[in-house]
Amino acid sequence: MANTEPAVVCSGLVRRYGERRALDGIDLTLGEGQTLVVFGPNGAGKTTLLRVLSTLLRPSEGDASLLGSDLRKEGWKVRSKIGFLGHQSLCYGDLTARENLRYHARLHGIGDAAARIEAVLEQTELSGRGDERVFGYSRGMLQRLAICRAVLHEPQLLLLDEPRSNLDPAAIEQVEPLIGAAVGRTRVIASHDPAGGLAEADLVLGLRNGAATLLAPAAQVTTEQIAELYR
Amino acid sequence: MSAPRPPSALSAARAVLYKELTLERRAPQTLTAMALFCASAFVIFHFALGRDEVEGALASGVLWVTLTLAALLGIGRSFVADREEGGLDGFLLAPAPRTALLIAKATTLLIFLLIVGVFASLLFSILLLGPTPNAAQWASLALLILLADLGIALVGTLIAGIAIQTRARDLITSILALPLLIPLLIAVTKASEPLLSVGGGTLAWRWLALLGLYDLIFGLLAYALFDYLVED
Repeated sequence: MANTEPAVVCSGLVRRYGERRALDGIDLTLGEGQTLVVFGPNGAGKTTLLRVLSTLLRPSEGDASLLGSDLRKEGWKVRSKIGFLGHQSLCYGDLTARENLRYHARLHGIGDAAARIEAVLEQTELSGRGDERVFGYSRGMLQRLAICRAVLHEPQLLLLDEPRSNLDPAAIEQVEPLIGAAVGRTRVIASHDPAGGLAEADLVLGLRNGAATLLAPAAQVTTEQIAELYR
Repeated sequence: MSAPRPPSALSAARAVLYKELTLERRAPQTLTAMALFCASAFVIFHFALGRDEVEGALASGVLWVTLTLAALLGIGRSFVADREEGGLDGFLLAPAPRTALLIAKATTLLIFLLIVGVFASLLFSILLLGPTPNAAQWASLALLILLADLGIALVGTLIAGIAIQTRARDLITSILALPLLIPLLIAVTKASEPLLSVGGGTLAWRWLALLGLYDLIFGLLAYALFDYLVED
């Protein structure tokens, strides 16, 4: 664990979809370099929390700050510091992997992107197929490419929604240097894997119907407590 | 790697424009659909009107109704690739100014409309148009196509930006775009009428000025509103 400067602070965070409260008053503080793992059944609000933190959704109520910037007023400031990995790859099927990464590099203002692109493609073993159009990729390859895209600009904060889904054990090892704990980045991870998630967490958040039913340091949480969230 | 610096609106717009044109080059669906629609519409008009040739107000109406409806196809497809696999989110997550998306999308649509405008005008002159416009009239018609297409591209991008955030996006495009395009359609058909008449005529500058004003107003509106439309 690095230092304890707060990288993520949420205070009474609410997000509504119409009448439904997808996030219902979330309070949490996550230190820089720490990992928060969010557990909860489908529809509990994990993805919504990640999308709010990524600035893709505005909070309906409450406050959140990321890396010292207010999410409501200074969302533009934090975007260059966030790497977001959602359920979709955010890549275009009719572009090749290299073209997709070049496009995202230009949107992030990465000057000398070529070397970085080759490095991440090499790391995920996509280099050999980097000039193929993405629509022919398997789900696992697409997930690896999405991880390349999310870390391309070397963000300080990673927001990862089930990052290892669709990946085989070898691919999980390949992406560890990009999104694993050893990278030292602050991470917020949505997970359905109690044992795996708990192993890499510093802080655990359990969500049910948008509300936090569990928030504790990982050392004080058991896999049984996490499993209870799904019952 | 040197530290990334947020790109300027123009730099980001160039990136999006290059992506848009590459996607259309790889899978030329929008341009093909628009061109085929124009050709089919002219054939339908030929039989529906029961005439081999049209001129004047009728010619102007047939040409611009066809181009406007073909434009709706292009507007409807503006964000299709961005919806699949979340490309729009990819843009919104970047520290690029949102105006870049407006500039790139409107420019892409304008390019498509100009290509289809030239194709449709030539096809129209071969299949349906009675009088043969002279060089000056073709030049005036080209100016009208440019100004009208600029207006359609701006309104179309604005509407497509609204539609992308809704579930009824396919309906909303037509429902919102057509009423907003009525002033433009009136101005451009009136301005085209003398150019497509037997004996020929010159361009009515007041209609041209109206088109310019329409473009300016919707350009400013699009600039002011687009950020709010594409964000949550």
